Amino acid sequence: MNGEELTEQETALYDRQIRVWGADAQRRLSKSHILVSGLKGTAIEFCKNIVLAGVGSVTLNDDRIVTEEILSANFLIPHDESVYSGKSLAELCCDSLKDFNPMVRVSVEKGELSNFDVDFFDKFDVVVLSSSTLSTKISVNEKCRKLLKRIAFYAVDCRDSCAEIFVDLQNYIYSKKQGDEAVECLLEYPSFEEAISVPWRSLPRRVSKLYLAMRVIEKFEELESRIPGESSDSDLPKVQKLRKQLSEAQSLDESQIPDSLLERLLEGRIEFPPVSAIIGGILGQEVIKALSGKGDPLKNFFFFDATDGKGIIEDISKQKP
Amino acid sequence: MVGAGGIGCELLKTLALSGFKDIHIIDMDTIEVSNLNRQFLFRQSHVGQSKAKVARDAVLKFRPHISITPYHANVKDPDFNVDFFKQFNVVLNGLDNLDARRHVNRLCLAAGVPLVESGTTGFLGQVVTVHVKGKSECYECQPKPAPKTYPVCTITSTPSKFVHCIVWAKDLLFAKLFGAKNQENDLNVRSSDASSSSQQTEDVFERKNNEDIELYGKKIFDHVFGYNIELALSNEDTWKNRHKPRPIYSKDISPIELPHQNGNQAKISVGGDISSVSAMASMGLKNPQDLWSLNENSAVFLEALKLFFSKREKEIGNLSFDKDDQLAVEFVTAAANIRASSFGIPLHSLFESKGIAGNIIHAVATTNAIIAGLIVIEAIKILQSDTKNYRMTYCLEHPSRKMLLMPVEPFEPNKSCYVCSETPLTLEINAHRSKLRDLVDKIVKAKLGMNLPLIMHGSALLYEVGDDLEEDEVANYAANLEKVLSELPSPVMGGTILTVEDLQQELKCSINIKHREEFDEEKEPDGMILSGWTPALAAEKNGSTSTTENGASTSGVSQATSLMTEEDDDLQIIPTQPGGKKRKISDLSSAATSDFSSVAKDTKIQRKDVDGNNDVVMLDDGSLGNSKKKIET
Repeated sequence: MNGEELTEQETALYDRQIRVWGADAQRRLSKSHILVSGLKGTAIEFCKNIVLAGVGSVTLNDDRIVTEEILSANFLIPHDESVYSGKSLAELCCDSLKDFNPMVRVSVEKGELSNFDVDFFDKFDVVVLSSSTLSTKISVNEKCRKLLKRIAFYAVDCRDSCAEIFVDLQNYIYSKKQGDEAVECLLEYPSFEEAISVPWRSLPRRVSKLYLAMRVIEKFEELESRIPGESSDSDLPKVQKLRKQLSEAQSLDESQIPDSLLERLLEGRIEFPPVSAIIGGILGQEVIKALSGKGDPLKNFFFFDATDGKGIIEDISKQKP
Repeated sequence: MVGAGGIGCELLKTLALSGFKDIHIIDMDTIEVSNLNRQFLFRQSHVGQSKAKVARDAVLKFRPHISITPYHANVKDPDFNVDFFKQFNVVLNGLDNLDARRHVNRLCLAAGVPLVESGTTGFLGQVVTVHVKGKSECYECQPKPAPKTYPVCTITSTPSKFVHCIVWAKDLLFAKLFGAKNQENDLNVRSSDASSSSQQTEDVFERKNNEDIELYGKKIFDHVFGYNIELALSNEDTWKNRHKPRPIYSKDISPIELPHQNGNQAKISVGGDISSVSAMASMGLKNPQDLWSLNENSAVFLEALKLFFSKREKEIGNLSFDKDDQLAVEFVTAAANIRASSFGIPLHSLFESKGIAGNIIHAVATTNAIIAGLIVIEAIKILQSDTKNYRMTYCLEHPSRKMLLMPVEPFEPNKSCYVCSETPLTLEINAHRSKLRDLVDKIVKAKLGMNLPLIMHGSALLYEVGDDLEEDEVANYAANLEKVLSELPSPVMGGTILTVEDLQQELKCSINIKHREEFDEEKEPDGMILSGWTPALAAEKNGSTSTTENGASTSGVSQATSLMTEEDDDLQIIPTQPGGKKRKISDLSSAATSDFSSVAKDTKIQRKDVDGNNDVVMLDDGSLGNSKKKIET
């Protein structure tokens, strides 16, 4: 079993977390490859968490050039123009993340994610999209699903003090402790497209309003060809119009999607750092669960709103016939 | 901010990103290798440096224009007095021990500064809450977990669990061989009750001038694993209903060939910790998760002993066990395993033993990040005086009502809390037998958590600590300590009311003394009983579970709500009254219980549901008996 054992150095560094999830899980983590696209505050938090946890490799994708605004939400990039000028966001984050844990390979993949073909995704175990467009989420999720190996797919969006995580583990089998016995569980996840096509009337009772509001905003940005998160409150009238259309089409009372919530989401081009920390932490935990096979993964949406402080799981899948 | 460890690093980063401009941070610790997997502001090259200072420098790199003031100091230092605390709008705790938390709680109460408190046990299982004087409960309104105690004879004569062997190896054998000389130590008391042998046993442990180190090692080995066991066996009553132990002598151990290649040089300790000397490495044993055979354990024992005397001789006499001291961990692991073999107890790896001996609490980066985010959200509400929206947030391992993060309203203050309300305490004690020292150590310090106490009887000062005392006062108080209560200059008897005060914490309480003649040595080992005080919860969990794989996931809310600590208070021997035969050894199982479990079990959670519906929540699948919560809108 040479090469399977954790090295002495790994055991010393990961001492505390091995005590949490075990050496087996640590070994699986150290062989996993993760792609992260879109490096705003929440994604940065997530990257920090998984690099510290000791995954095998992290590939970063974000070609944007650093601006003041990006800097303000990023703790990876030194506030020094001589360091950050001329490099892409992914390149700068890569340099810092390498420093966090020399045992993790961190690299950069340039280009527009939606242009990559199916084979590109084959080298990853986990794909995380942050602040992606509706069509990118759908197409990348579909590409991951076409491969023989199971790729865990996550999409995360954080706007102002609200956040959404979507999870697709396809068919996921894990063992769950019930009392002293380990029971085998199967979770069947829908794709992103399938999940968001669930008619609103058949959604879980009292579904999080954030779910509905996010669908309206997402659709709006798609129709207007906006970069996600680049809207503002001046867009509110158009968004309200879209809300009305969607609600009518879905036979839903449009008051279920309050104006105040839409306004907050539209204004939220900057992610609220404490929310990024929380969501980056939750997402990190979910990815570690999926890779290590330890713990119950969430299915299939998670919502957090700092104004009420609730972190809620919603299962939004097609009703079984 | 108090604490720059796991939560502290996350907290400082999130505060800086959120726009906080003036942050002070206190931490007495220096950086260790095992911190690096989650305390992300630190690098390998920082090992050994002040956490507070390195954390400051790291954050200023990405946020250069804010002010961060680091203090490489103990928060209990007198400099951090009430006036110091008064300069802040809010205090955020990222602390790792009960003692410091109580201290900060009192200072915040005295200074009238809101405190946000939190803690972590590992994967998921903690709570973040706000303590505001008079508005919500203080940190000490609810009982805190107490270490489980073992009768000392379990440790010295009749171990039945591996943790007993670890305690023996660490607190008795290691302390005897490498710690301060002349300390009281139970190592031989049980095995050789005959007083005549005490002289002889002292000689065994003392290494004579120029005594051959190999021979000395074997002599110790034979004494503690052979001779002592034989002696114990001679008391047949003990073994009537017990499995008899087997004496082990060094001659029974087949020698192991030491691989004398580059073993020693190749293994340079990863962190440059206090010791890069390793018996394991010189034996060619690599994986700390492997179980060693009795032979291997014996060889590690002898080799570690030899290395202590040959490579670290200067430290002998001053050493106390440190979980980051590789050689010490190796020695304790080997000794505990040999003893375990004797008693038919399953052996454990170095990794597991280290967890038990060092009382290591799980910690991962993700949970710290979540907790830090929740703390900052509360801190911002405090700064906005958004008092109605203060929340206590449970991070649940298993969702409840679809929630992973569950906010509830903070609890009301406990009206009988001796810290934040002025409830008098009652102390039953034998005033003719207990000394002032017993009162100071077991009650004022251990139970009331005072740091610099002052004890008054009416206007007569019986005891005081501080730097500004005159020499004659110091002598006077030292003499008082050794006097029994009824013979103090101002005698303390039944009916006396004592005033106990900590000027630094600005905490003052009254203790009504009630004389009582007899105490049950088993049940009341302190020989005194304090009431009117929220007693500590006895830990129920077996100590060894604190290191089992994925131990954090064994139950729902009891852990999910715990306000725990990284590397909490260590194991220790608590001496009892003079003449008492029993002593107790505190267990490390405090690691497995929680400050807040009682809250989860016994208290109604009042919570305003934002959607305005009344509902009843089960926080758990029922494994906690009475875990039903009534939610009131």
